Amino acid sequence: MSFYKIFISPWENHLSAYWPIFAMAFFVTAACGLVGNYLVLRRISLVGDAISHSVLPGIVIAFIVADSRSSLPMFIGALVAGVLTTLLIEMIHSRSKIKQDAAIGITFTTMFAIGVILVSLYGADTDLDLDCVLFGKLDFIASKEKVFLGLPQIVITMGSVLLIIALLIVLFYKELLVSSFDPNFAATVGIKPRFVHYCLMCFLSIVVVSAFSAVGAILVIAMLILPAATAYLLTDKLWLMMLLSIVHSLISAFFGVHITVAFQVSTAPATVVAGMILFLIAWIFSPNHGLLRYFTNSFDLSTFQKEN
Amino acid sequence: MNRVIKFFSFCLFVYLFTNEEGQAARIGELVDTDPWEQIKRFFSFSDRGLQLSLIGAVLFGAVCGLIGSFIVVRKMALFGDAVSHAVLPGVAIGFMWGMEKDPLAILIGATIAGLFGSVLVQAIVRSSRIKQDAALGIVLASFFAFGLCLIRIIQNHEGASRISGLKSYLFGDVAVIDRSDLIIMAIVVVVTVLLFCILYRPFLIISFDRQFAYSLGIPVRFLDAVFQMFLAAAIVISLQAVGVVLVSAMLIIPAATAYLLVDRMSRMIFMAMTLGIMSAALGVFFSFLGSNLPTGPFMVISSSLLFLLAYLFSPNNGRLTKWFKFISLKAKVRDENLLKLLYNYLETHSEAREGIEILISDIANLKKHNQKNMVSDLKRLQKNGAVELVDGKVSLTKEGLSLASTVVRNHRLWELYLTNEADYAADHVHDDAEKVEHLLSEEKVKELELFLDYPELDPHGKPIPGRVNS
Repeated sequence: MSFYKIFISPWENHLSAYWPIFAMAFFVTAACGLVGNYLVLRRISLVGDAISHSVLPGIVIAFIVADSRSSLPMFIGALVAGVLTTLLIEMIHSRSKIKQDAAIGITFTTMFAIGVILVSLYGADTDLDLDCVLFGKLDFIASKEKVFLGLPQIVITMGSVLLIIALLIVLFYKELLVSSFDPNFAATVGIKPRFVHYCLMCFLSIVVVSAFSAVGAILVIAMLILPAATAYLLTDKLWLMMLLSIVHSLISAFFGVHITVAFQVSTAPATVVAGMILFLIAWIFSPNHGLLRYFTNSFDLSTFQKEN
Repeated sequence: MNRVIKFFSFCLFVYLFTNEEGQAARIGELVDTDPWEQIKRFFSFSDRGLQLSLIGAVLFGAVCGLIGSFIVVRKMALFGDAVSHAVLPGVAIGFMWGMEKDPLAILIGATIAGLFGSVLVQAIVRSSRIKQDAALGIVLASFFAFGLCLIRIIQNHEGASRISGLKSYLFGDVAVIDRSDLIIMAIVVVVTVLLFCILYRPFLIISFDRQFAYSLGIPVRFLDAVFQMFLAAAIVISLQAVGVVLVSAMLIIPAATAYLLVDRMSRMIFMAMTLGIMSAALGVFFSFLGSNLPTGPFMVISSSLLFLLAYLFSPNNGRLTKWFKFISLKAKVRDENLLKLLYNYLETHSEAREGIEILISDIANLKKHNQKNMVSDLKRLQKNGAVELVDGKVSLTKEGLSLASTVVRNHRLWELYLTNEADYAADHVHDDAEKVEHLLSEEKVKELELFLDYPELDPHGKPIPGRVNS
């Protein structure tokens, strides 16, 4: 495994194979990361986890019914499943003594179990299988027909999703900002926090569904949280945090591809591992919120033992 | 609880050390058989592979219920989910140890990975501004991704056939459980149950009141670490049957179901263990009927079905139970109000006695009610034996009179109580009494009577009917 073979050769000799993979990994991570910023700030990261697991039965049923990989039925199926999950969680925890965390745990595992059974039963008829749910099909997109800039249709679609999400965030930047940090103030100036919340959930379902065929149902949570959490350690400004999360997606997609080349693994988990390494670096060395800073700041180490 | 544990461990050891290794078909191997035949085979328990699976299901179902009860009451459900995903790289590394499925190496590797994951979550939360939810998500997904990468690397080195055992760790396949797995599982279960029997009180106090636990001098942080270790171990022994992705469901759902059904922690644990065993066994049953299906999802769906039943029909808090209670209370109030109406009519027009006939149309007019509805309401009362209907006329039976006078008595006593003792104006008490009259128990009425010194007239000057002996 020489440096040349890992870092130069893919771009020199196999550009047409690795360019779409890299582009897709970047688009998925960046789109998820943008939405993820708001999940991290609003402390609802695990809602992303729950939604990404529980859209599975919706996607599979749409697959079976529509008998194709087209995006619209998939999106509708996923949206229905997502809304159903939200309602079920609400129903369980507001109408019984079960707490919210357990309600989330119960609902999304059940939905996911239904999805897995449907995939095992009917997966053979479609091109959907359990590996797809776990790893995604990022490595197979290069074999698809290229339509634009050497990129296949699915990558173009993901790129447009990224653009649309970015555009929506730019347009509604103020509303999202205010309602994320101070919902009460948002309500007084006429921005309905609940409405913004549901719009955000809608964005979330869009990116989760469009990411599904590339990275599967489980790794999406990393794409949602890692870029935003890394950026959150490095800055206090929301717009800078979003820019940094896009930079994070770019770097992790780049190294994800090279980890794939070096170890012959799937690109989706490799991208997540690269993103995790970036996060760890940021966590240890962050100038204001990092681990080193934490230790140099606390003269008395006993605060580390203090209960939070 | 001790007796149950003894029983289980006895059965297990008798089984493990008396039976010879049989060579029967595994669960997934028989395909295309008649479902009815499969059901018969299932309940004959003669299939060696099935016996192993069921014992495994009993073992991990019990330990999941036990640990899960603490997870649910400590609101750590999503923490359990994160740890369960975080064990995957440990499984892969344990597999790399000898490049074969060595249950002990996998148990140790996965437990360490799970512990490392939970330590990392806490370290991130304590030392940086990242909140718990994001930290859980990060650890969950990146450990899982790392595990997937390791599995792929093993696959590249060893070829796909060698890792067939490893695949079952993702979505669960109860058929791959063999004797060495069972022995490890049994040891973990016995140690866990013993530990929780010995340390039940400290764990209970930590779960419900941490500050109090500190003040008692309980080593809270140490016990937390112990708990996390056993959480990881419980997850690991369930992995093969349920799979990494869904194992948290087996922790949360049976315990949450038990939480709905009972109030005491000891009973909840026992219930959760039973439910865990039931859902695991049901999962084995369902996957036995089908072929080539992962077991984990079926176990999860079985436990969700049990949860749904509890959610709907739990004797205290079930949604449908509450609804039925509401409906029957509503019917009772309607019947009592109608009886009261008859009583008042009789009282004003003649005297309240049984057998005096009233025209139904009079009553209907009085209540500005459709005559047809009135007749159907009265017919229901007739069915209960409270009134008699004879061509357009209605009369109270002895039973009906007693019921009616009880309601009227409650009403008037309450009115009197409110005017005398709570300083209500006499014209303000009616609405309140109208509600309370249906709810007063016999003891309360006696108390009221005693308190008001056996009154005869209510604030409006109407007589309070005496107790009718029926």
